[in-house]
This record gives sequence, structure tokens and C-alpha cells, in this order.
Amino acid sequence: MNRGLFVKLCRSVYRKLLACVMACATFAFCFSCVRAQGQDRAPVYYPADIQYGAQIFASQCTACHGENGDLIPGVNFRAGQFKRVISDSDIRLTVTTGVPGTAMQPFNFGASELTGIVSYLRNMSSFDTKGLMLGNRARGQELFEGAGKCATCHAVNGKGPRVAPDLGDIGSMRTADLLHRTLLDPAGAMLPVSRSVRAVTKDGKTINGRRLNEDTYSVQLIDEQEHLVSLVKSDLREYAVVKTTPMPSYKDKFSAQELADLEAYLLSLKGVK
Amino acid sequence: MRNSRRMFFPIALTLLFSFSLRAQVTSQRLLHAGDEPQNWLTYSGTYASQRYSLLTQIDASNVKNLELQWVFQAQSLQKFETTPLVVDGIMYLTQSPNDIIAVDARTGRAFWVYHYAPSPAARPCCGIVNRGVAILGDTLFMATVDAHLVAVDSKTGHAIWNTKLAEPAAGYAMTMAPLVVKDKVIVGVAGGEFGVRGFISAFDAETGKQAWRFDTIPAPGQPGHESWREGDWQHGGGAVWVTGSYDPELNLIYYGTGNPGPDWNPAQRPGDNLYSDSVVALDPDTGKLKWHFQFTPHDPYDYDSVQIPVLVNANWKGAPSKLMMWGNRNGFFYVLDRTNGKFLSGHPFVKVNWASGLDANGRPVATPQPAGQPTFPGIQGGTNWYSPSYSPRTGLFYISAWENYSTIFTGIDTEFHEGQRYTGGANTAPIAGAENPVGQRQGPVNMYTESLGSGAVVAMDPTTGEKKWKFDMHDVNTSGILTTASDLLFAGGREGYFQALDARTGALLWKENLGGEIIAGPMTYRVDGKQYVTIAAGNSLFTFALRQ
Ligand code: HEC
Ligand code: HEC
Repeated sequence: MNRGLFVKLCRSVYRKLLACVMACATFAFCFSCVRAQGQDRAPVYYPADIQYGAQIFASQCTACHGENGDLIPGVNFRAGQFKRVISDSDIRLTVTTGVPGTAMQPFNFGASELTGIVSYLRNMSSFDTKGLMLGNRARGQELFEGAGKCATCHAVNGKGPRVAPDLGDIGSMRTADLLHRTLLDPAGAMLPVSRSVRAVTKDGKTINGRRLNEDTYSVQLIDEQEHLVSLVKSDLREYAVVKTTPMPSYKDKFSAQELADLEAYLLSLKGVK
Repeated sequence: MRNSRRMFFPIALTLLFSFSLRAQVTSQRLLHAGDEPQNWLTYSGTYASQRYSLLTQIDASNVKNLELQWVFQAQSLQKFETTPLVVDGIMYLTQSPNDIIAVDARTGRAFWVYHYAPSPAARPCCGIVNRGVAILGDTLFMATVDAHLVAVDSKTGHAIWNTKLAEPAAGYAMTMAPLVVKDKVIVGVAGGEFGVRGFISAFDAETGKQAWRFDTIPAPGQPGHESWREGDWQHGGGAVWVTGSYDPELNLIYYGTGNPGPDWNPAQRPGDNLYSDSVVALDPDTGKLKWHFQFTPHDPYDYDSVQIPVLVNANWKGAPSKLMMWGNRNGFFYVLDRTNGKFLSGHPFVKVNWASGLDANGRPVATPQPAGQPTFPGIQGGTNWYSPSYSPRTGLFYISAWENYSTIFTGIDTEFHEGQRYTGGANTAPIAGAENPVGQRQGPVNMYTESLGSGAVVAMDPTTGEKKWKFDMHDVNTSGILTTASDLLFAGGREGYFQALDARTGALLWKENLGGEIIAGPMTYRVDGKQYVTIAAGNSLFTFALRQ
């Protein structure tokens, strides 16, 4: 399955859902429509998502399901044994809406948590929770503001520069895996829409910025002076999309533990409540 | 204000040209918003709320050449009540339930969308709607249907803070565009159909912390409380759901307040029920009440006074005066002295039979109709929340009116249960027992015939209280009104036409069928030398300019 497309689909569905405040049932229904398109191929689960799911499971599910997921009669997550659940979208639906009339309550999870839960439940048998690298959110925030210099480019909840995306709600917009890949390989994981653009107008003015939106006739961006700029392409002499990103890779800069800390911090950013 | 504008205008112009085109929206700029007519910086255009623009590129001679420039389609089937802001070429609009969208004002193409998911507990009485945002610096402010106030970065569309004002499950909601005054963001709450206790409150723009709160229904020990019977005040209504106005010289903000609760059963709440159906003048720094004027004491008809307070500096009986003009839902057009709330004049602008007139203090001489007989104006009022306009050039006040429109009111005793409707009545129109289709969306077939009344744009002469002219529509009129310094008047209506009238005569100059109900106020702006006019209709936002 085309992972980028899948992420994009999930994201767009998620956004629309947020906007519509749909009932949970509709949530799961729409999700399954989208996912159904990719179901004929085996789903792919990523380590960072499994890790994130393991953390959520440990804090929110073990009280009833047990550490091994086998405490509820007839349900054994580790053995892949379910009462009703068949597909991944069934898991999402069950977790989002609960099972009426039983102790299984609805959980108010976003896309990143649901992806984590599904990835973990599907890989519980092979995942060694002893190897679980728990990220520390507070240490992650220190790295974000300190050694990582993230705050020199990124704002969080409106505080900070605007040259890079505000990360204030990144924890509910992106999966753990995508965040992980962004830190290791920013250019490879970059959302194509966020690419830098360079434009020269017919009267010779050069505009550099981060793309926000584009269509056949125009492009919208935020320029280096943090102004919103909308350019009509017929007014331009040159226009280029740059596939590199100013964001550095943190692959060699940070240890696995530090990366886990940063990711824990990013996953905790769920907007202002 | 006319005088001070003349003085300020050249100064403001030089300032504007020397600054970069994209300066922050300071509170100074908001004070002189009318002097930068290329922008639309507050819900009603300026603090005086005249919804009047100095732009003149579009005028009576060329308005017939208006042409659609772009359309923005909302991702929502709810009513579209937004008045966008335009700041230096960027437009900020809202769509239901509580999204803000930044678009290029020339092309309508989007920069970003801010999504806010309100709590499912939200229960606004009359649709999941929003009327727009306010701006200060680089921050936008939006009131949400689940009674939160959120601050959003105008460049990125990311939330900065989010403050909860009240419990949505108890019927509190917010639909209005906030008003920024100095360093504060001011909002009020809806919920008059749920027996809420209304309030207006101010928040620090930087932090979202509450600075003050004014309760529209006074508690025991507060002045005005004597207008309530014991206990009734606690669910006394007085919701505030339309943006107010501000007079910087007097340092007063003005807000209209809604119906008392329960809406239609006054027997359950003896007394004048202050400060329901009133205008209150508050100190914007402290929220302290300076004066109030009650339009409809002890209201049995749901005559919310949440209209926009329009501030006008003009001669009154020969003396330069600080006036407030008010086309009220109760069918009367008022002129008040806004320094002290003194009543100056009041005249009906539609058929009225609930009162035979107003006494020397502006108090209605009530003439309740016998049981089963129609009351004029009916439940939606002679007008409603639709923005009126005042043109300093014509000296006329323009109201979106419902004419020959009545309701048979019947009060019923109702018990108060938090979060449930607390309206106390069963109303019909125009004949006893008939279903009242008002408020129902009707689609392209018009169910609303002459037997139910009709709409009009009414031009009132404030000095005489007489109708200068009237533009009749078949269906009722739910649109706001915009006037310009080229003596044009823009307005729409439920039928889906958007039209330009001659502001002096009411003559029709141009019209376009936008194919969807207009329940929003028009606004105008200029980018790169071109004047645009924008209106929401149906589920889309339409922008017009002159054909090149
Ligand atoms: C308060 C107890 C409780 C908690 C906490 C709880 N569950 Fe459950 N869960 C149950 C019960 C009981 C059932 C079985 C319902 C039934 O009888 O169908 C269940 C069923 C399920 C099922 C469906 C299994 C099937 O056979 O179809 C899934 C998936 C699930 N839970 C996931 C989770 C996840 C993930 C969490 C943590 C985020 C969680 N649950 C937390 C009690 C709980
Ligand atoms: C030199 C500036 C710069 C620095 C330093 C930087 N970033 Fe970025 N980052 C960007 C830009 C520009 C983008 C948008 C383009 C892209 O995705 O590469 C971005 C994208 C991202 C994204 C993806 C956003 C999305 O919408 O999916 C994440 C997550 C992120 N950065 C996190 C971080 C973290 C964490 C750090 C510090 C460890 C950091 N960045 C440091 C410039 C920077």
C-alpha cells in the first residue's frame, strides 16, 4: 500500500471528522470505507506505532485486559483471539465506541493513538514489552527547546517562529511512526505540500517560502518574513518547488532514548484544550 | 465622529503608506478602522458599527457591471452567517461549526483551515452557526458553539489559547463575532431559550484569562434585582449573542441583551426583568454598568434586543450629539443619547400592535392583544439580529424588516430544568392553530407567502422617525445591510438575491440570484486598487467586483 497516500487519506478523513463532529459510529464507518480500499493488501505496522500503542495499552487497557491481553474471557489479544473483531477497522470502531452493555468503554482517541493501538494489538505476540523504550515527555521538551534547537524553527501553540509548521497539535495529527521518520529523515518524511518554493515575479522580486496550498493557477505560501502570500502563476517569471528541507536529521545527533523522549513530547502535543 | 474623521484621515493615510502594507492590527488601527477602507477589521466594519464603507469605486453608474470574482464553498450544510474580516489582502471567514479559514481576498484560495471540534453537548437554539472572528495583532479570536473562546494565530491557523466560559450542556453557546477593545476580547453568551443567566465578559487577548464579567440579570443586592420576583432571576435569560459597539471617547461599550426566560410566559416572572431586552453601556476596562435602557420591559414576545448598537455623531435638535440608533425587534426604531441612555425618540418601522406607542421616557404603552388574536410584529420580530447600516452621507438608517407579520402568543407554565428548553409557550401564526413555518429552511420553493408577511429594506430618517423609502421583497428579509460612500446599499434576503439599491431612493440598481438564503451581512474591501463586495449565501461565500 502506498503509505504516503494512506497517511494522507487518514489525515484528511480525520480532519473532516473533526470538522463535522460526527458521531462515533460514523467515525468508524468512514474510516472503514477508506481503509477498505487498502485491505486487499496486508497492512503494514511500524515499530514506532507499536511502541506508542504498547505505552497506551500499558496505561489504559491492562486494568481489564491484563498485561498479556488475555484476562477477558473469550478475548486474547496476544493470541489474536477475538469475540467480534475481524479487521483493523473493527478494532478502531470498538475502541472508539466501546461495547455497549459491557465494561468496554469508549475511548476518545485520535488517529495517532488508534494507529498505535491497532499496531500493538496486531503485534503483541512478537513484541517484547521489556524492550519497550519509554520516552520521557519532560526530557523531550528540554531537547526540543535546547539541544535539538527545534524551537528556533517551530512554534508550539503560537509561541515561536513561523518558518516551520506549528507543532502544537502534531500529536493528534501524525502517527508515532511518521514523527519518528521525520526526525531521522526529514526530507524523506516531509509532507510534499510543506515543501519550500521559490518564485520570481515578472518585475524581478524573489519570494521564498513554505508552501501551504497550490492549484493550477496560483500558489499560497508563508514567506521568510512570515507573511501569507498568494501568487498568481501567470505573474511569475520563475517558479520552483524545492524537495530538500531546512530541517536537519537527528539520526546521528540523538540517541535512541533521546529520540524516544522527543517523540513522547511530540505525541503529547494535542492542541490547546 | 465625522469631524474627527476628517482630521484623522490624512494622518492615517500617511501612516499607512509609510508603514509596510502588512503591519499588525494594533488597537490604534482598530480605533480608526474606518480610515483604512481597503480593510474590514471588525465585524461591523468599525467600532461605531455603521457597516458603512468609504470605498467608492463601485457606484450607481457602474454597479451593473459587477461580476463574480470567486466563490468559497463551505464544508457545511448549516446556515452560513459569517461576516469575514479582511486584513491587508487576507480574508478570514468562519464556517460551521467553528472553523476559521484564511483565504486570499483576491482569489478566494485558502492558506489554511483551523478546525475546532465543539463538544457534542453544545445545543445552540437556532443552528450551529458562527458569525465571524475578531483580530488583534496577529491573533484571531473566535467564540464557539460550546461556549469557548479560542485565540488562533492569523498566520498559521494554530490555536494559542482556549478558554471555557460556561457549560454547553446547560444551554450556554456562543455564535457572535467577538469585539476587541484595547487589550481585551469581549464576548457574550447565547442560551435565552434554555433559561441561562446571560453575561458579557472580557478576556486578556494575550493569555485568555478573564478580566471581568457582567451578568445581565442582577443578583440579590445588585441594582435592578428588584425587577425580579424571588428566584426567577436565576434562569432569567438576557443572553447576549450579537457583537456590540464601542465609543473610545466615552470609553463605553454597548451591547444589546436578549429575552427574559421563559420567553413567552411573562406570568412566570413578574416585574420588568432587567436587564433583558435592553442596551447596556459598560466600562470596557472593568465591566461596570454605566447606564441601561430597556426597550421591552416584562417581554412576552421574545423581542430580543440583540441588534447592533449603531453609534452616530450628528445634530439632534440643533446641537451636535452623540447618538445611538436602534432598529429593535419589537418594531420600534429608537434614537438614544449614548452618553447617558436618555430616550430621544422612537417610531414604529413596521406594523406594531403590542404597544400603542412610547411614553416620554421611551417606555412602551403596552396594549396586549386578546387571547387568540395576532400580535404585530410576530415572534421573529420587526427585524432580528441582521446588521443594519447608517450612512453619514444620506443621514438615513437602514433596517432589514419583516412587515405585516404576526404571531398568536400563548404562554404556558414551564418548569426549569437545566439544559432543556425553557420557552414557556406555544405560538402560532398567522391564524390560531396554524403551523408556523418561520425559521424552517424552505429550500428553493417559497412556502412563505403574503399571508405570513413580507420583507423590506426600510430607510428611516432619524430626525423625523419617518420612513424615507422602502424596498419591498416577497419573502422575509434575513440579510444584513452595507452602505458605501458612493451611496450604494447592498442587501440580500431569504430568497437568495443579492442586490444593490440606491441608498438615497431605494431604487434597484443591480441584482444577482445566488441561489441560497442570505443570512449574513455584506462587507466590502479593496486589494491592489480593486474594490470587492462579499456576501455569504446558502453554503457559499460570493465575492464580486467590477468587470475589467
Ligand atoms: C473497564 C474494563 C476495560 C478497559 C479499561 C478496556 N477494555 Fe476492552 N474490553 C473490555 C471487555 C469487558 C470487553 C469484552 C466486551 C464483550 O463482551 O464483547 C472488551 C473488548 C475489547 C475489544 C473487542 C474484543 C473482541 O473480542 O471483539 C477490544 C479490541 C478492546 N476491548 C480493546 C481495548 C483497548 C485497546 C483498551 C485500552 C485502550 C481497552 N479495551 C480497555 C473491558 C475493558
Ligand atoms: C532549521 C529549521 C528546523 C529545525 C531546527 C527543526 N525543524 Fe522540524 N521542520 C522544519 C520545516 C521547514 C518543516 C516543514 C517541512 C518538512 O516537513 O520538512 C519541518 C517539519 C517538521 C515536522 C513535520 C510536521 C508535519 O506537519 O508533519 C516535525 C514533526 C518536526 N519538524 C519536528 C521537529 C523537531 C522535533 C525538531 C527538533 C528536534 C525540528 N523539527 C527541528 C524546520 C526545522
